Amino acid sequence: MSDYNFAYLDEQTKRMIRRAILKGLAIPGYQVPFASREMPMPYGWGTGGVQVSAATLTPDDQFKVIDQGADDTTNAVSIRKFFERTAGVETTEETAKATVIQTRHRIPEEDLTEDQILVYQVPIPEPLRFLEPSEIETRKMHSLEEYGLMHVKLYEDIARHGAIATAYAYPVKVEGRYVMDPSPIPKFDNPKMEMAAIQLFGAGREQRIYALPPYTKVVSLDFEDFPFEASKADACCDLCGAEDSYLDEVITDDQGGRMFVCSDTDYCRSRREAGHVGALGMAQEDAA
Amino acid sequence: MTPLFQVKGLSKNYGTHIGCRDVNFDLYPGEVMGIVGESGSGKSTLLNCMAGHLTPDAGQVMFDTRAEGMKDTLEMSEPERRMLSRTDWAFVHQHARDGLRMNVSAGGNVGERLMAVGARHYGEIRDTAIDWLDRVEIKESRIDDRPSAFSGGMQQRLQIARNLVTGPRLVFMDEPTGGLDVSVQARLLDLLRSLVREMGLSAIIVTHDLAVVRLLADRLMVMKDGHVVESGLTDQVLDDPQHGYTQLLVSSVLQV
Repeated sequence: MSDYNFAYLDEQTKRMIRRAILKGLAIPGYQVPFASREMPMPYGWGTGGVQVSAATLTPDDQFKVIDQGADDTTNAVSIRKFFERTAGVETTEETAKATVIQTRHRIPEEDLTEDQILVYQVPIPEPLRFLEPSEIETRKMHSLEEYGLMHVKLYEDIARHGAIATAYAYPVKVEGRYVMDPSPIPKFDNPKMEMAAIQLFGAGREQRIYALPPYTKVVSLDFEDFPFEASKADACCDLCGAEDSYLDEVITDDQGGRMFVCSDTDYCRSRREAGHVGALGMAQEDAA
Repeated sequence: MTPLFQVKGLSKNYGTHIGCRDVNFDLYPGEVMGIVGESGSGKSTLLNCMAGHLTPDAGQVMFDTRAEGMKDTLEMSEPERRMLSRTDWAFVHQHARDGLRMNVSAGGNVGERLMAVGARHYGEIRDTAIDWLDRVEIKESRIDDRPSAFSGGMQQRLQIARNLVTGPRLVFMDEPTGGLDVSVQARLLDLLRSLVREMGLSAIIVTHDLAVVRLLADRLMVMKDGHVVESGLTDQVLDDPQHGYTQLLVSSVLQV
């Protein structure tokens, strides 16, 4: 291994973060302040998620990192390498094999199990931030459960666009108490948040950690006559033919060519290996 | 008849400086009380103490709550007080932009209080907002415009609609006509007067404009240096002022 302490952070810092995580788990959806450390990467690259992962990892863990669902984008690759080097843990791209998954902006398509931990990178943990600029006031609103303002935002969406246009970072109510920002995941993923795995949220710059214990009730806010809808592109994956996965639209040339592909690369790969082929995909044997 | 609102021995100091001292009065349902005085006489301090924005040093502010009858609002828990201030109470600021959300549409502004007390049906919220905009003479077609696109008079009317939408029983107003030109002022006063009569509102209006209280208020309190120097029926105080300061105040009004 290297000259780093296991998983980069010193033991005292990891204890401090673990205490914040435990408190967060005890009060689902509550934002626990913690003394976020400087990490060897810029804010916005997942410093919160990395610190939570560092405090959670054990030497036996299998670690997976995804960025917008993909295992092979810059953010995912660099964080995976970071922990390979500083913690020496095994890494994997397979969702089912991983015990700790750090994610940016997606929840894996495959259902997670009770043996797994999902760590989110959060840019702005406060769901009320753009409605109420004062931190003192938003804390008071959380403590007094004054969440009418959140619906004003949804009202504005409908008034302006005819439907709730908020497509990501869609606010949820946790266990009928705290309103929480689920980090910028697409609202397609919101229903998946009631899951078997532990979900931890880390915001490095804002110095907040919050958490959802397994099987926590998570309800997306909506109006009676404009119910919540988990939307996705109205197409199926052009590589693996999946109809139920969240899709990225990829522009393929400057002639207007485009294709839809699963944003979860591991899900897409495993489906193609199982023999599923989409409209533009090749069968796995031919591709090889 | 029991009073709706009672103030007993209310005092507020800023260090050694007196904000207001030993104010007492009762307000009955449907009554409009005016508080006049020059700048710095403590009338805004008094209003803010009564509305719960400031904590007074001494005294009681009693309100006849729907559930529990007469209750000291200063001894209420904060959630209870905040609930009161968005259901049975309303506060109209002098500057509309203090009381409005400038980056939220007119409809959203009116709907906010409804959503804060649990309304979750978009269609109904919108219908109520349209109804209230109509009552304060704002065209339905402007419902999705932001208040920043409104004139000063319209902003003030929007603020009133936003406050009255939950059917409060007591409205605090801090110079509601300040900064508006006289013709707009006249229409706003007309509107306020008809709303107060229609809804049977009680109101406490702080102003330095004697014409406003003459039109709106049933009773009047004159303040100077933090003390109430004279109080009584509006006509009585304005037409037959007893205290030297009130006489000065009344004689200072320009006659056109």
